[in-house]
Amino acid sequence: MDASILNIFATSIISYFTKTTGQPAKMGTPFLGHEDEIVALDFSAVIGISGTYRGNIYYTAPLPKMQALLAILGEDDHSEHLCGELVGEITNTISGNAREELGGGFMISTPFLLAGSNISVRAAQGAPCFILPIEWNSFCSRILITLVKTDTTINP
Amino acid sequence: MKLLIVDDSLIMRRAIERTLNSERFEEIRLATNGRLAVEEFKNFRPDVVTMDITMPDMDGLTAVELILKIDENAIILVVSALADKPTAVEAVKRGASGFLLKPITVAGLQAAIDDILAD
Repeated sequence: MDASILNIFATSIISYFTKTTGQPAKMGTPFLGHEDEIVALDFSAVIGISGTYRGNIYYTAPLPKMQALLAILGEDDHSEHLCGELVGEITNTISGNAREELGGGFMISTPFLLAGSNISVRAAQGAPCFILPIEWNSFCSRILITLVKTDTTINP
Repeated sequence: MKLLIVDDSLIMRRAIERTLNSERFEEIRLATNGRLAVEEFKNFRPDVVTMDITMPDMDGLTAVELILKIDENAIILVVSALADKPTAVEAVKRGASGFLLKPITVAGLQAAIDDILAD
């Protein structure tokens, strides 16, 4: 997996926050996560990737960040349930938006929501897990990317 | 007018309902996947449908086709995060009236609805 993949997802998340809130996000320095390392924050969602790539995309965020974002989105419900749903929607959006660069062969699942910070990373076999720190409105969240390019040519 | 919102994301259903819940749409119903959307369309006969693509049970593009078999004049706005051009082209080929890319904004959604109703 080359570094351009990280830039694609960084662009997606920055665009998400800029478009929905008017306040841009910033990417911190990416780093490698280790198998079974606990890197999740309060709420996480994972999307399975298949087709031209195989693996997972996670987005994980803390409660205060999601509550702040819900408020800006016009939500008056800032419950943990809705925070978890929002993380799922963000994961879905950044993964789907990545298809602009990666093409229709980059197939995404529906998001699977995970609660709690006691979640370890499941890296795709043969793939490292890159962690992108994302800062928005003084809150930090993370995108976790574990992908391996497949040899299959998919016609979308 | 009547509106059917189809999306497996609770956040999206609420956001679209909040944005469009005005004098324009007196009645709004919700569905969480394509199969339920087709059933709801048969019973509710909305004036406009907003349709996500990636959903469990039945995807949105399949639902678009099935709805248009029920009513060839159905007005369906596909609202999706899938940003590759072939997906948008496919949505229109299958009969969608328009395609709006997520993340959506209030202004963007209202403009997209204005456009498809004007056609």
